[in-house]
Amino acid sequence: MIHVSLGIALILIVIAMGLAAYRLFKGPETVDRVLALDTLSINAIALLVALGIWFETTINFEAALLIAVLGFITTVALSKYLIRGDIVE
Amino acid sequence: MIFELIVSGLILFGAAFVLLGSLGLAKLPSFFMRLHGPTKASTLGVGSILLASAVYFSSRGGLSVHEILILIFLFITAPVSALLMARAGMHRDLGGENPAHEETHKD
Repeated sequence: MIHVSLGIALILIVIAMGLAAYRLFKGPETVDRVLALDTLSINAIALLVALGIWFETTINFEAALLIAVLGFITTVALSKYLIRGDIVE
Repeated sequence: MIFELIVSGLILFGAAFVLLGSLGLAKLPSFFMRLHGPTKASTLGVGSILLASAVYFSSRGGLSVHEILILIFLFITAPVSALLMARAGMHRDLGGENPAHEETHKD
């Protein structure tokens, strides 16, 4: 039962990543692209954790933690750059 | 058996909300509407999937709570990044077709 629902969930998450990538390439403004990158990192965390349940391994946990931290730092740096034109003042 | 039911329910719930957030990001018309999708729905969805992983590995012997670390980190940082992106959007003056926005900018 877990494997059936995991298969459905993996398909849904991959579709979600495709939609975020569509907004990343199309996005009319730069802020839209930053938002799409942030969403893409969150979807990547979901995909890694679901694959960790599928293969019954906990090695993916460190990769998911790294993606979470780096995604947040990237979003903060890009937003600060868009607001002030500078990252560290 | 009961653990399988809980894990399957949490996984399907989380994947549905992740898809819903990205659908909102792709389909809504203006930037401030698009900001609502991923920053709330996707955070709930990924939190649910992380909870499912914690329950699954706890049911196989030994308490496993290190997924909760990512969950707490995401739930703390999602509002901060949403606030910063909203301020960047305000700086770019991306009001969209919002009547209240037009009214405040008339004078």
